[in-house]
Amino acid sequence: MASKVIHALYTDDDLLLQAVRQVREARYSIGQIYTPFPVHGLDKAMGLAPTRLAITAFLYGIIGLSVAAAMMNFIMIEDWPMDIGGKPSFSFIQNMPSFVPIMFELTVFFAAHLMVFTFFMRSKLWPFKKAENPDSRTTDDHFLMEVVVGSHDAEELTGFLFNTGASEIKLIDKK
Amino acid sequence: MYTLSSKLKLFSIILMVVGLLGLVYGFFAVPSTIEDVRELVAHDGHGEVVEMPLTGQTEDELEDDARGFDYVPSEHKVETDRTDEEVHKMAEDAELVHLEHILHQLQNKPWAALYVAAFFFFMIALGVLAFYAVQFAAQAGWSPVLFRVMEGITAYLLPGGVIMFILLALSSFHFNHLFIWMDPEVVAHDEIIQNKQSYLNVPFFLIRALIYIGGWVLFRHLLTRNSRKQDEATGITWYKKNFKLAAGFLVFFIVTESMMSWDWIMSLDPHWFSTLFGWYVFSSMFVSGITVIALVTIYLKSRNYLPFVNDSHIHDLAKFMFGISIFWTYLWFSQFLLIWYSNIPEEVTYYVARIEDYGLVFFGMVVLNFLFPLLLLMNSDFKRVNWFVVMTGIIILLGHYLDIFVMVMPATVGESWFIGIPELSSLAFFGGLFIFVVFSALTKAPLLAKGNPFIKESEHYHY
Repeated sequence: MASKVIHALYTDDDLLLQAVRQVREARYSIGQIYTPFPVHGLDKAMGLAPTRLAITAFLYGIIGLSVAAAMMNFIMIEDWPMDIGGKPSFSFIQNMPSFVPIMFELTVFFAAHLMVFTFFMRSKLWPFKKAENPDSRTTDDHFLMEVVVGSHDAEELTGFLFNTGASEIKLIDKK
Repeated sequence: MYTLSSKLKLFSIILMVVGLLGLVYGFFAVPSTIEDVRELVAHDGHGEVVEMPLTGQTEDELEDDARGFDYVPSEHKVETDRTDEEVHKMAEDAELVHLEHILHQLQNKPWAALYVAAFFFFMIALGVLAFYAVQFAAQAGWSPVLFRVMEGITAYLLPGGVIMFILLALSSFHFNHLFIWMDPEVVAHDEIIQNKQSYLNVPFFLIRALIYIGGWVLFRHLLTRNSRKQDEATGITWYKKNFKLAAGFLVFFIVTESMMSWDWIMSLDPHWFSTLFGWYVFSSMFVSGITVIALVTIYLKSRNYLPFVNDSHIHDLAKFMFGISIFWTYLWFSQFLLIWYSNIPEEVTYYVARIEDYGLVFFGMVVLNFLFPLLLLMNSDFKRVNWFVVMTGIIILLGHYLDIFVMVMPATVGESWFIGIPELSSLAFFGGLFIFVVFSALTKAPLLAKGNPFIKESEHYHY
């Protein structure tokens, strides 16, 4: 079933934000927005649920911290205790300060990398994926809003979008 | 315009009076002779009587003593020069030396308590001034609505600085023995201090203190004056002047603050040094200062005085509290790790004293200053909840008081420390004075710096 959408292009991020608010107020539904850079406050204006990425980052950080602690405990205390600088490695707690830099680094490492992977998976991105943006100008200086036509009158919607300041409006049949 | 409510005024005056009474008691309760100390030690709750080993006795002989065996000099031994009587006299001398040591520590205690609290509140005002100057130098757009609060807090710089100078001068003229390098008898037997005398001598020490305090107070005066003149001015001449002044101040500040931390705190342990000490003290004063800005702002907001301050401003202050707390931990750990790991005797004694005699306070303050702000302020939404910021702020301030406490106390009172009447009273006294001075200063100017060119941006600031 083909669904009709309208692609409205804007040339300014403030104009786009304003248009998003107007479109939502008029109870049209926005499918997707393509921007060349992250527009501050766009997620709130679109009414998207707040991101849960921060929570996953915290959990990944804790995992990294635990991995580092377990790793250092195995390497330096259990498997091969060494006497470095007059500090024999027979107890984890007494040698802990020298493990802190490693624990810190692995916390950051796990949080950062796993967060990026989570982000890719959640937004369905992977290597060699075909680009989805409908208009290549959205990678340069244009902002594109996709509005679902649905049961609305296309003419009326076009007029409305024109009044919100769109510089270009296209009716698209989406397969 | 803000008017100081009579309740707050009364509260601060009561704090000062109670603190003053406690301080007077603290100074009177100090033992003045060795006999007093002997009694104190004997009656003390944790007073296991210190067994002074007789000099010349070996460990085995001590064990024999404990089992009730008598010490019988061997007939085969060659007579030593020391008779039993002499040995006993030496032991008594050693005990006297020990008691005298405790006496000096106890005599230092109220002074040290006073010094820690005086420095703590002075450092808050100084940290706020540095933050204020950073706002100007960075041409920050979010913060001008908070400028009058910052200016109010820095008003404590003058009285606090004068008090600090008086305390330093009293130490210099031997009213107390906080700084052992000021004692000529100690220096006479101490080659390390002798080598440092070209820097660590009383006249130069006091001149430096005058330069630091005078410089800071002058910069504060000029910055505040220009900020107030800008209110009524057309154009932004006064703002531009403040921009240049603030940049100049920051250069002056980072040098003098570093030297101040060597002079006023690090020289308490004149043998020990750490090259990042200035930064370490700076991070402490910076985070305490930002915390106090947040607390005063939230207090004024709750009294409906700052309608133009919104949650985004509090959010930003809380971000700074969070970030600088972690910065502090980074410096604390950098200093600790290297000294702990290299384990060089003349360096590591600093931490040995702290871990052995101050274990709970020393590590407890790291929990208060790192773990609490980290976990409490990590969530973005919590940074906008005012009562949450207040709770965390109180923990941070408590932690940084203890931080200064473990910087000063081990060198001045050693193992005879206790957070008792002198410590709490001096906190109350300076806390009361701080509240009184700061909130009186807030009444002097409108709470909105309306002439600042960024004031519109700041009012509309939204995160």
